[in-house]
Amino acid sequence: MATLHTKSAARAMMSPSVILLFCWMAVPLAMTLYFSFLRYNLLMPGMEEWAGLFNYEFFLTDPAFFSALFNTLILVGSVLVISVGGGLLMALLLDQPVFGQGIVRVLVISPFLIMPTVSALVWKNMMMHPVYGLFAWLAKTVGLDPIDWLSAAPLTSIVMIVSWQWLPFATLILLTALQSLDEDQMEAAEMDGASLWWRFYFIVLPHLGRAITVVILIETIFLLSVFAEILVTTSGGPGYASTNITYLIYTQALLQFDVGGASAGGIVAVILANIVAFFLIRLIGKNLEG
Amino acid sequence: MCTIRLENVTKMFGELAVIPGIDLQINDGEFVVFVGPSGCGKSTLLRLIAGLEDISGGAILLNGEDVSSLPPAKRGLSMVFQSYALYPHMTVHGNIAFPLKMAGMDKAEIDKKVMAAAKVLNLTEYLKRKPRNLSGGQRQRVAIGRAIVREPSAFLFDEPLSNLDAALRVNMRLEITELHQQLGTTMVYVTHDQVEAMTMADKIVVLNRGNVEQVGSPMDLYRDPANLFVAGFIGSPRMNFVDGGNAARLGATTIGIRPEHIGLDREKGLWRGVIGVSEHLGSDTFLHVHVEDVGTITARTGGEWTLRHGETVFLTPDPDKVHRFDESGRSMARAITPDLGALPRHVNGAPASGAPLQ
Repeated sequence: MATLHTKSAARAMMSPSVILLFCWMAVPLAMTLYFSFLRYNLLMPGMEEWAGLFNYEFFLTDPAFFSALFNTLILVGSVLVISVGGGLLMALLLDQPVFGQGIVRVLVISPFLIMPTVSALVWKNMMMHPVYGLFAWLAKTVGLDPIDWLSAAPLTSIVMIVSWQWLPFATLILLTALQSLDEDQMEAAEMDGASLWWRFYFIVLPHLGRAITVVILIETIFLLSVFAEILVTTSGGPGYASTNITYLIYTQALLQFDVGGASAGGIVAVILANIVAFFLIRLIGKNLEG
Repeated sequence: MCTIRLENVTKMFGELAVIPGIDLQINDGEFVVFVGPSGCGKSTLLRLIAGLEDISGGAILLNGEDVSSLPPAKRGLSMVFQSYALYPHMTVHGNIAFPLKMAGMDKAEIDKKVMAAAKVLNLTEYLKRKPRNLSGGQRQRVAIGRAIVREPSAFLFDEPLSNLDAALRVNMRLEITELHQQLGTTMVYVTHDQVEAMTMADKIVVLNRGNVEQVGSPMDLYRDPANLFVAGFIGSPRMNFVDGGNAARLGATTIGIRPEHIGLDREKGLWRGVIGVSEHLGSDTFLHVHVEDVGTITARTGGEWTLRHGETVFLTPDPDKVHRFDESGRSMARAITPDLGALPRHVNGAPASGAPLQ
């Protein structure tokens, strides 16, 4: 009886926040859904009319959509590989006792604390700039022609910038997981005759499985919606070479003022994100059980 | 076949000498127990033998061969850890098979050996389980299984029973002793529990602050402790120490009498005392008796003991079993039976004919 009362009391206490959160999510989603079926352009106010599936047809047959979809997947995939792989290496290095460990750790974590716009601008003007950039200087010192990164390899540049931002996150999570590894297990494996590599493969990697899963899930959520880095560096160009779905929707809504088309794009993006989430959970969700 | 020899082995952690220098010989097939209070360096010594720590000086010889600089895997020893150190993501089978897999043995051979080990340790029906689904005792057996499949030349145990409850500990104690008799392999066992040391060992090494206090068979250490430390450490409940006038009369700085070597009488005896706490274990009763000028003396008596708190009792140490120690704490010769007559005697007013209580 007591638990029954507690349960209903708990429900009553929780409901305001649950309702608020639900509205916060459901109202914009419903409005987006509604707009996506309207011919709704900000340049022609008051002219909204029912458009059926036209907006979807328009968005999905747009050649820009496919290059944006492709770019999104490349961006998410490469950043995941670089940040998880690199993060693993960094975590292993940082786990070693070195002089000034505390300071090194703070330095490694700091890129994550810098605003995306700021770090993207620093990369654009100080690292990748064909005249003043560090890369250009490096290329010139070894006698090569400097590359204009943002126009010659726009997507690669974006991948580099975003990876630089997310590497610390992966490092931090993996380092914490690494530190919780029982020292005895490593020693037992050493006694059992496992070499350094086998110890890493059979003991460390399985131990980190759950942490790696968490890193992949969280990063995927955020990487699907990378926006600021593209806006301040390449603006999606040249052409659509570095436009992802998020940026394409932004162009549709705020540069072409086509709210209806952008809403349709938004709904498509939601569906895509769910497909990705579905496969991701099936692929790696096993690691989160038990 | 494995003899282990330590020659002047030292271990420093920075400036601190954890082990200032130890010489020790462990013979083939022996069950040797390192025992001592926590922080005495017994685990460190075991880890030095295992190769998990590097020695700072001296040499470790296995079968006469210097292995001081060999990595742990090359020494052919197996170790059972206090925390068991099982691999949590592998099944019991995977855990036991791991050392064989690392040795590059083929699969059929591995399966055969794992099954054999599982049979010895009663683990056959748990082979597919993960360690987290096992009880403490089962985990312990898996850890032992992982150690025995490799057929090592010697086993090292680092306080393997300290995480088990009392009943299970007694059980595992028997199982490990039985295993030793079956395999006949050299075993080195570290514990802080003198009961484990006494019951399991062929040879006990008592350590204190990184030094060997005494080496010998359990009964040797019990009968002839070399010094105060060993005398106090071996035997339960611990030996009573008496110093001052009573000891001086016997020509010693301190005398020690084990609780089981004290005669109790209601009417007469050497020392008169008042019973404080009495602990009834069923088969035995331990009395804590307050004796004037001597202090609190623990005495053992049979289970059916009727005297209560606050009552008077007379204590008489067995003269043959009194240990004498000099001012540096070393044991003095017991060749001559000390003359207890030199000690003042208390007798109740009544004629000395009271029935003995024992």
